[in-house]
Amino acid sequence: MRLALEGSQALARAVALCRPQVVAAYPITPQTHIVENIAKLVADGRLDCDFVSVESEHSAASVALGAACAGSRAYTASSSQGILLMSEVLFDISGLRVPVVMTCANRAVSGPLSIWNDHQDAMALRDSGWIQLYCADNQEAIDTTVQAFRIAESLELPVMVCVDGFALTHTLEGLTLPSQEQVDAFLPAYAFSRGLDSSQPISIGTLVSPDHFTEVRASHHNALLEALVEIPAVDALWQQMSGRGCGGLVEVRGDPEARVGILTLGSVLGTLEDAMDEYPDAPRARLIKLRAFRPFPVEALRQACAGLEALIVFERAFSPGGGGIVAAEVQAALYGHAMPRVLSYAAGLGGRDIGLDAYPRLMQALEAGGEGFRFFDLKPDALPEGGF
Amino acid sequence: MLEIRIHGRGGQGNVMAAYLLASAAIDEGREAQAFPAFGAERRGAPVTAFVRIADRPIRRRCQVLEPHFLIVQDPALLHVPGVTAGLKPGGAILSDGAPEPGFEAQLGCPVVRLPATRLAVEHLGRPVPNTALMAAFLTLTGILPVEALIRALGPRFKGDVLARNERLIEAAAGQVEAGLWQEAVNAARA
Repeated sequence: MRLALEGSQALARAVALCRPQVVAAYPITPQTHIVENIAKLVADGRLDCDFVSVESEHSAASVALGAACAGSRAYTASSSQGILLMSEVLFDISGLRVPVVMTCANRAVSGPLSIWNDHQDAMALRDSGWIQLYCADNQEAIDTTVQAFRIAESLELPVMVCVDGFALTHTLEGLTLPSQEQVDAFLPAYAFSRGLDSSQPISIGTLVSPDHFTEVRASHHNALLEALVEIPAVDALWQQMSGRGCGGLVEVRGDPEARVGILTLGSVLGTLEDAMDEYPDAPRARLIKLRAFRPFPVEALRQACAGLEALIVFERAFSPGGGGIVAAEVQAALYGHAMPRVLSYAAGLGGRDIGLDAYPRLMQALEAGGEGFRFFDLKPDALPEGGF
Repeated sequence: MLEIRIHGRGGQGNVMAAYLLASAAIDEGREAQAFPAFGAERRGAPVTAFVRIADRPIRRRCQVLEPHFLIVQDPALLHVPGVTAGLKPGGAILSDGAPEPGFEAQLGCPVVRLPATRLAVEHLGRPVPNTALMAAFLTLTGILPVEALIRALGPRFKGDVLARNERLIEAAAGQVEAGLWQEAVNAARA
């Protein structure tokens, strides 16, 4: 049954269906409604869970880490500065291979202050060792959240579910929640192989000498590579059980035969899909949805890009002084494999609206030639004299 | 696809208005989407919210720049540059407040006024114009039965508050001409 739900409200209910035993969070826009709704479910007695109100995101991540080590399914959520404040602990969670799930309600990073959406927060955690899955719509956010617990617990890796702030978290639409029976059948009871047990004491996270550190890192890396198999397998299983899949690692939409492509992460995909219908005279494009950014799906991406002459990487973040973050990785993945011409765009930064006309504008830019990094919808007149 | 833009100030229930409208449409089996564009997060700051209602899935996430209808919760905002920008030809404005004939003539589109805040104070004891405006909007356009709005309020309010809202909806719906904007709706759907 489809329900009229705000994205955050739906996410809270999806998390509750996964029966977390500990949720620790500190509110921050645009994540607030997610944890507020979870707190309400706990307070109303509809979710049997310890909701730990903490004094900072650093503590939220620490509580989730401790709880997961002590044998509880643990969840947290944050955005922007909150993600950055958590970052020290996020490296601990992944480095210690602890299966925590968190929602990143994607938001721009200060300064200057912006509460609006882009992906700079999650991208800053690119090398934190977490799995990162980006959601194209709220239905995917619900379904990916359920899948995230299964992926996390089967590989003992933390999963960050990236959901566009406002564009998804604050959008009400018709959504389908899975039944409790479906989720119960999909998620085995939480078990952690190195769980803390006072009758058999062990230490987690102690000093590792140079004799072992490289192997610790290599096994973490290998586990992430294993996730390239696990993520699509879990998605396929969920599709079988619920009737809804999320596209595995990489999904091709738009015109799969087109020789030009646009690669995106997150919720801008739907705008581009509608735009292709609104602008039937514009050249057709292959729309490539990158769902898994970490691990980076090199092989799946090569297949999705096969036969492309030109590719736009349209991402909501960039590396200042460098350029496109995803674009650089895409180019590295395609190097030596019929490399298309790549245009790299930073778009929708700090919540700048990306309208339907983005599609014909991008197609025109492709026709005009050129390659490399640029800002989408930049107002050159608003830059300081000299450009900086 | 019908696109609606709501303008108001923080605290007037702008986002709630958008959510109610979309919820009512979804509950009636339509496709709908509602979302806000916040400015500063404080009471009194201008807030914009968007609603799309369609008969097939809505995939776009961009703001509504060219709405078919505007709903304005604070009449002072009508005088703020940009608020009426992008209104589609044939579109119309529903606003709280008393008529301003001279000013409205300059807007170049039909304007319907409803004393929504006054009605809300009368029935709810609070100056929140959103429910009354939504009831009037549904009556003017006929896009959904007014009962759908009452049903959408169900999960959000209970008891006396819900009953007061129901009376407010009836009162507001009775103050505008049913189906007055039907033609504009038909044009938008064509």
